[in-house]
Amino acid sequence: MSNAPAPSFDIPPGTAVWARDLTRTFGTFVAVDALSFDVAEGEVFGFLGANGAGKTTAMKMLTGLLAPSSGEALVAGINVAADPDAVKRRIGYMSQRFALYDDLTVRENVRFFGGLYNLPPAVVRERLDALLADLALERSADERVGRLPLGWKQRLAFGVALLHRPAVVFLDEPTGGVDPATRRQFWETIYATAQRGTTVFVTTHYMDEAEYCDRVSIMVDGRLAALGTPAELKARFGTDSMDGVFLRLARNG
Amino acid sequence: MPNAPASVAVRGLSKRFGSVEALADVSFDVAPGELFGIVGPDGAGKSTLFRLLATLLLPDAGTATLDGLDLVRDYRALRLRLGYMPGRFSLYPDLTVAENLAFFADVFGTTVAEGRAIVEPIYAQIEPFAHRRAGALSGGMKQKLALSCALVHRPRLLLLDEPTTGVDAVSRAEFWDVLATLRDSGITTLVSTPYMDEAARCDRIALVQDGRLLGPPDTPDAVARAFPAPLVEVRAQRPGAATMDRVALLAALRHTPGVARAEIFGDWMHVTGAGSSGPSADEHLAATVRDALVAAGFADVDVRPVAPSVEDVFLHRMARPDV
Amino acid sequence: MSAFRSLVVKETRHILRDRQTLGVLLALPVVMVLLFGFAIRTDVQDVRVLVVDAARDGQSLDLTRAVAATPALRLVGVDGAPAAIEPALRTGRASVALVLPAAFGASFARGTAEVLVVTDGTTPNYAAAAEGYVRQVVQTWAAQQGARAPTVRVATRMRFNPEMKSEALFVPGLLAYVLTLVSALMTALSISREKESGTMEVLLVSPLRPGAMVVGKVAPYLVLAFVNALTALAVARFVFHVPMRGSLAALLVATLAYMLGSLALGVLISSKTPDQRTAMMGTLLGLLLPTLALSGFVFPISSMPAWIRPVTQIVPATWYILAARGAMLKGLGFTGLAKELIVLFAMAALLLVAASRSLKDRL
Repeated sequence: MSNAPAPSFDIPPGTAVWARDLTRTFGTFVAVDALSFDVAEGEVFGFLGANGAGKTTAMKMLTGLLAPSSGEALVAGINVAADPDAVKRRIGYMSQRFALYDDLTVRENVRFFGGLYNLPPAVVRERLDALLADLALERSADERVGRLPLGWKQRLAFGVALLHRPAVVFLDEPTGGVDPATRRQFWETIYATAQRGTTVFVTTHYMDEAEYCDRVSIMVDGRLAALGTPAELKARFGTDSMDGVFLRLARNG
Repeated sequence: MPNAPASVAVRGLSKRFGSVEALADVSFDVAPGELFGIVGPDGAGKSTLFRLLATLLLPDAGTATLDGLDLVRDYRALRLRLGYMPGRFSLYPDLTVAENLAFFADVFGTTVAEGRAIVEPIYAQIEPFAHRRAGALSGGMKQKLALSCALVHRPRLLLLDEPTTGVDAVSRAEFWDVLATLRDSGITTLVSTPYMDEAARCDRIALVQDGRLLGPPDTPDAVARAFPAPLVEVRAQRPGAATMDRVALLAALRHTPGVARAEIFGDWMHVTGAGSSGPSADEHLAATVRDALVAAGFADVDVRPVAPSVEDVFLHRMARPDV
Repeated sequence: MSAFRSLVVKETRHILRDRQTLGVLLALPVVMVLLFGFAIRTDVQDVRVLVVDAARDGQSLDLTRAVAATPALRLVGVDGAPAAIEPALRTGRASVALVLPAAFGASFARGTAEVLVVTDGTTPNYAAAAEGYVRQVVQTWAAQQGARAPTVRVATRMRFNPEMKSEALFVPGLLAYVLTLVSALMTALSISREKESGTMEVLLVSPLRPGAMVVGKVAPYLVLAFVNALTALAVARFVFHVPMRGSLAALLVATLAYMLGSLALGVLISSKTPDQRTAMMGTLLGLLLPTLALSGFVFPISSMPAWIRPVTQIVPATWYILAARGAMLKGLGFTGLAKELIVLFAMAALLLVAASRSLKDRL
């Protein structure tokens, strides 16, 4: 059912996200300027940038919410400009701001999001049970999500974003505000997910979390200012932390 | 009004909301002119503490003296000496930068001209946008404007509740530079943050979790040095793998005898031993971990002692609040 | 600038810069007066009938019994002289009078009988419905008398509002509604907005006293609400020719008292609600609904069940509507409206005290 990528795209196998000269302008303002990068299947890819650097606009294009002005992007093999709806079916999304409905129970939330992706009720039931078992939340299935501690809520939201088994999951500042132990638990869940072949595309304000990623990209003023593994970037900028890399780039950008 | 910078003494402050114990028996001192950090996650009780100190809430138990004034009895006089920036403080988005500042000056019975000297280093950075609406400012500039508004009546004590939450790393770093400047000008500042790495920018810090302090406040270095157990950092690869298999590595580490905890830390793993700290204990733990990983088939095993960070201490005290 | 003046200026800027809301607020009275003026219709129950029976014959007594037996009508008295009509309508003892002339039975037998229905023209919708009920009773009764079936002519005469302008009735109610909306709702929203944005916490720790803060915040809305009241009156006057028979000054004084009470209610509501959404729901349920339903604006109080009527007496809008009807339609001035004005000012005073008590200088 997914549109085959146009034949002119020569994409290496095992590529989950592929962007070439992806650009978005608003009037005369160039929000995203010729973004090009690849993300491999099963990779944990960090997407960093100062507020206003174009991160959000780029994310919106990759998730099919905003049409590119020019350039191409394929997500899970689908052209985001040609078939944004098909993209939405193949990706998961979770953000700190919008995740789950606090006034619905865990079960109701899972059912709702299952329904949103047209999953058969039997499949939703089975995945709900698996998710609850994963999180050791079996006894809280009928509790309202608003009553759960923030850390559980975030991991549950992540599980719900994966409910329809997307090829790529986009996490927009998923761990804001939680304690360091819960944050690490969340990251262990991310690694386990990536190991099963799901690509994880993540933004964060915690610079130490940037080091948790397999590769990191840093946007400055709409352009991709740096891309590499944390070790490569630290070596290139002669600093011992991603914080240092980020500050150097964003300040001088 | 005394001329020395304000000091703060908090004794056994407690506050509950219904069945929730938001703050439990919190005590600490802030020296005059100090930049004092309250470090902890959301829901730890930071905002409750700041609202208590700002005289907006009454404590259920305990006392506090700020700049020589009692928190409850002298709250009116105290308010004039406080500059308070609440969490999620968003100013008036439909008023311009200049209008916001002038409004808060008026409300506190002063003028922008009078407060100019103290606000100058911060306000100068946003003054080019004086006639822009506050809602159209970037996150970092909003925080600077909010700080200017909290400072314009020349308070002796600043209470900043999570001023850097939701702001990007560059703006955060700049904001802390501003706080350092203020500290140099002699103002006492209490600031809360959920970011562990910001602890290093404070003179002294208190770690807070579940309404309690995790250990006595101290300088960031002293807090980190107080880590009581052996600690090493570890890297290892699966043979032939392109990236570190953190899931497998963590599982192997957690199954190693003598290992109390293993956690992701940047692109390393931090491994805490079961005993107490010391150079020989670190070496012993390193050897144990190295042997175990090699035996489990890992390649490129790199294990070395590491200086503990504030975050290590936070994690350790969360797991064992009695230590 | 003084803190207080600065607050008023700031609040005025909020109002002026939110063009959409300001536009809606300014257009609201115009739109509502036009909408109601062309569309309103109300239903009537429990019509209080006074029968003036100058005949006292078998037929007139029989018709009086038929009136008494009709469920929608309530016979409040039978009198012999037409002079009883005026006081009965004025005091509200009766809302419609049925006059049976002398020798009713004889003229009825000849088929030339004529009866007169007199209604209270200050409540035109109600009057029309009441007249309809009485007319139907008379016709049904005549039909039941069998084959003789005479023509019964029903003449109608009006008091106070002889042009039978149905618009005249709802304008006072609309005034109450618009004033409540602007005074109470906008005040509640502006205060709860400060709670949401965290600015309230800073204002609380400032030297500004809560009382001054609230007065400074609501003053611009007082002006806005007054402009709205004048707009509604002007539209009513120039589009629907609604009369202003009594004292405009008395009406404006009543309006001021009503606005003060509404502003105080807005402050009270915002002191109990944490955010704008809850404040909005609280105002809608706690204020706008009673203003619509329990004030005599949409449903006549006289047709409400007995147990709910005392409740209508504690709704400020009830008194404001009485005062406005008195001033606009019945030609009353300060003296005639003394009771309504006293009640309105007493309510405003009570609510202002309650509102200032609800303000704390802590969270």
